[in-house]
Amino acid sequence: MNLTLKIWRQKNAEAKGSFETYQMNNVSPEMAFLEMLDALNKRLVEEDREPVAFDHDCREGICGSCGMYINGHPHGPIPAITTCHLSMRYFKDGETIWIEPWRAKPFPVIKDLIVDRSAFDKIQVAGGFISVNTGSAPEANAIRIPKKDSDSAFDAAVCIGCGACVAACKNASAMLFVSAKISQFALQPQGRAEARDRVRAMVTEMDKLGFGSCSNTGACEAECPKQIKLTNIARLNREFYKAF
Amino acid sequence: MSKILFASISKKFVMALAGLFLLTFLPVHLIINFMLLRSDPVPFNSAAHFMATFPLIKIFEVVLIAAILIHITYGIILQVANWLARPTGYVSGNKSDTSFFSKFMIWTGASVLTFLVLHFFNFYFVKLGFVQGDPEDFYTLAHKLFKIPAYNYIYLACFILLGFHLYHAFSSAFQTLGLNHRIWTPVVKKAALIYAIAIPAGFAYISVTLWLFR
Amino acid sequence: MGKLDSKIPDGPLAQKWTRFKATTKLVNPANKKKLEVIIVGTGISGAGAASALGEQGYNVKIFCYQDSPRRAHSVAAQGGINATKNYQNDNDSTYRLFYDMIKGGDYRAREANVYRAAEVSNQVIDHFTALGVPFARDYGGTLDTRSFGGVQVSRTFYAKGQTGQQCLLGTYSSLNRQIKKGSVTIFPRREMLDIVVIDGKARGIITRNLITGEIERHSAHAVVLATGGYGTIYYLSTLAVNSNPSAAWKAHKKGAFFANPSFIQIHPTSVPQLNEFQSKLTLMSESLRNDGRIWVPKTKGDKRHANDIPEEDRDYYLERRYPAFGNLVPRDVASRAAKERCDAGYGVGETGLAVNLDFRDAIKKQGKKAIEGKYGNLFDMYRNITGIDPYTQPMRIYPAGHYTMGGLWVDYELMTTVPGLYSIGESNFSDHGANRLGASSLMQAAGDGYFILPNTINNYLSDEIRTAKISTDKPEFEEAEKSVRERLDRLMSIKGKQNAGSFHKRLGKIMWDHCGMSRNEAGLKEALKLIAELKEEFWKDLNVPGTQNEVNQELEKAGRVADLFELAELLVNDALNRKESCGAHFREEFQTPDGEALRNDEEFTYVAAWEFAGEGKAPILHKEELKFEEVEMKVRSYK
Repeated sequence: MNLTLKIWRQKNAEAKGSFETYQMNNVSPEMAFLEMLDALNKRLVEEDREPVAFDHDCREGICGSCGMYINGHPHGPIPAITTCHLSMRYFKDGETIWIEPWRAKPFPVIKDLIVDRSAFDKIQVAGGFISVNTGSAPEANAIRIPKKDSDSAFDAAVCIGCGACVAACKNASAMLFVSAKISQFALQPQGRAEARDRVRAMVTEMDKLGFGSCSNTGACEAECPKQIKLTNIARLNREFYKAF
Repeated sequence: MSKILFASISKKFVMALAGLFLLTFLPVHLIINFMLLRSDPVPFNSAAHFMATFPLIKIFEVVLIAAILIHITYGIILQVANWLARPTGYVSGNKSDTSFFSKFMIWTGASVLTFLVLHFFNFYFVKLGFVQGDPEDFYTLAHKLFKIPAYNYIYLACFILLGFHLYHAFSSAFQTLGLNHRIWTPVVKKAALIYAIAIPAGFAYISVTLWLFR
Repeated sequence: MGKLDSKIPDGPLAQKWTRFKATTKLVNPANKKKLEVIIVGTGISGAGAASALGEQGYNVKIFCYQDSPRRAHSVAAQGGINATKNYQNDNDSTYRLFYDMIKGGDYRAREANVYRAAEVSNQVIDHFTALGVPFARDYGGTLDTRSFGGVQVSRTFYAKGQTGQQCLLGTYSSLNRQIKKGSVTIFPRREMLDIVVIDGKARGIITRNLITGEIERHSAHAVVLATGGYGTIYYLSTLAVNSNPSAAWKAHKKGAFFANPSFIQIHPTSVPQLNEFQSKLTLMSESLRNDGRIWVPKTKGDKRHANDIPEEDRDYYLERRYPAFGNLVPRDVASRAAKERCDAGYGVGETGLAVNLDFRDAIKKQGKKAIEGKYGNLFDMYRNITGIDPYTQPMRIYPAGHYTMGGLWVDYELMTTVPGLYSIGESNFSDHGANRLGASSLMQAAGDGYFILPNTINNYLSDEIRTAKISTDKPEFEEAEKSVRERLDRLMSIKGKQNAGSFHKRLGKIMWDHCGMSRNEAGLKEALKLIAELKEEFWKDLNVPGTQNEVNQELEKAGRVADLFELAELLVNDALNRKESCGAHFREEFQTPDGEALRNDEEFTYVAAWEFAGEGKAPILHKEELKFEEVEMKVRSYK
């Protein structure tokens, strides 16, 4: 396949940035999207030009490093996958592909397609944990948890922290992310003891960092590579009201 | 405490409550408006009179005005914050599969507000004595207004936009209040659709009837 | 020799750890506040150690190259984590897990360490559960387990196919709690580029800030490396593409011995290579082997669609060769068996480098829903990558480089040969011998991080309570920073043509072909020659565009690839030295007539710990003799 890439290039956080056009010929449909960019970068280095900077690591959809806004969708047009799992067979010969970084005030661009997502870490530092010291845990089966709750907790816990929810949301809201964390802990008895403080702290931090609010549009759910559900946001809201 | 009182979720909560309250007002208003279709002005005018004077309704009115103001104020505050949260937009736009009308709530809301201002000039401010007119005969006033084609165009357009607003607002309020349920949430969504069609359709039916068939 | 003191405590095996804890030197809480510990790596071992040390009151500084500690490659472990809870009432015990690991590791691991790893496994499960890790549960609300590659008991706790992710996020949450408390400071997007040794003790590190390019100095009373393995030496592996052994390699060059580098586990079930640009081989959890049956056609070059090949024309070669364990044989055995079939011409797919992993019978027996419940996410992932639906036709799999049993040599206290420098998790060599059993890497990483290191490091730090905060102005810091800068300058100044990735790819091919699943002397010698040639070309024709004072991913890669060349040479030398087949290390010259590995216990029951002798000089071999007091050494048989 032959493709035209329009890629956001930005030297650093302060620089202005603009789109650059690259022609990619002979792209194999078996390639993954990031491998196509690897090929581009290889060429750029050989031409002594600066390659496109982007975050990536595990390349198996679990670390949450990669994230690009591709043709109007975070992680590209295929639902429930990360950019690293996006196969080139989903694109057509001759297609123009727009590649942009996540756009949100709390996710400033560092370089090209790399954004600073430390805001997510800050939210979790604020309260995304259960306070138990190493060695003081009770016997694991002393805590019985209904399978249904445990499974729901798992479904929320699979969040990879990639930021696609924020990138997709018209308000750049982090509610889906925060709700996944809150849900995981709220659904398990171990997490209940600190539920009140946790939700207050995490929501306060989320607001402080400048994320937008939730208008129940559902773009986050539609784009989440791990298919985290909007019902978690309703649970977050409930947990928050309980904390008053 | 102040932190969580003014947290984004708290603002959303207040907005949703106010919005739900406004939703209860619309059917009441619609029922009274149906009396406009009768050739006898007395029932409508006495209903309007009752609404304007009965003490309990007076309290309701204060709450209603407050709800409107809170809903609008918080709506604007949240919207501005949401715009600020994304200073740079996407060139390739957003093609996510989402609830379509939810994206334009501020605009459909604004158009409803514009209509409300007009509406207030025509009726509410007359009642309060700010604008000249006979507060005891809204029947005749309404019939006169609905004979003006331009008024009808604005009226109909605003109610279509109100329908868009209501469709998302209805179910969204439940989600914001944390009221979701495996069985009931789909029911709420259907109810939202029915409500969002029925209410504007009702108002539109009255206006069109008065305009073209009376 | 005398250089290798493994410091194994006296007493019966089962009591060594208890005794150690009871008699080791301690640091009182007031003094802990004055001591600093650097941890490099935020995976389960690193973040676990940071959490536990922070809880104890130490001042911890933790570093990772990723943007967030949550992205460490522990996240990718799929299948599960072992513990000897014996919840299934199926004869499990600490001893049995210990025995399985010793046997699985082909008698090339240190008994005392392995026993301790098994011993703390239950605490790990208790701790993760308390942290809110949503392990799979039964309908009664108790924890579920499954049986996992190479063992006959059901002791593997799991969270669907994302056990590593869940355990890592649990660890990350405990780390966050310490960050909030202020006991741990996190330094993300930092790459460690050297260890600073002062008066023979590890006292700090030099890092490069990957955003600004700034070279930074950090000092501490002890340094812990939790930097993972070096499986990316094959380029194509199941590892994260940025995983690298540079930190361990720098430590090696500063005096830490590197043990058993040639012990690299090849995982039997990964998605085969599909195209020449492929950057990684995605792992398909070996838990799939619980229900999937592995087969190839009985006739060479059978080009029929897998579904059209009838039962009698299928060769379920693992079930045939190993009737007792069948598809659940350990990873090394399963990998080699797949290679054997493919080399013999029975492989499937366009490349012939793949075997079938078939769920037809399992779906027939248990229903699609049950299979979906167990492996749904893996099946989806497979379909996404290959476009093939595993519910209706067999998956194609092939072995891929996965886990490195080798690593920095450590004693019982997990300290390397450099005093004050520790190595935990995959970055050390300690617990898995020549082959790791499934679901024991999370176990070891968490055990090392949460429960072992925080109980051994006090022994060293107790002598450091009078050492004031270490100044980063000391000449050793100056010198380390200078050498780091010189090397970066050198990489930048080559100004050749090729990018670092191209060299990495070629190095990976050399290693996979000559020092992969099976090795022989001629091939290894050839590899040494090829590596040297490629290394020379690298230093002549590398190109790194851009500058040092900004995000420069090519520069990051170049530094790592340069280190990989040096490690590759050591790895091949180790493989040459070990004239036997054991575990993952299969020397073709040493095999039984039916193709099974042939150990040489007489000569090679030792850990090969290599000392760096200087640039261009042959590494020096030190042997830690392994004594098996509890377990009788047997031929590992899964027949």
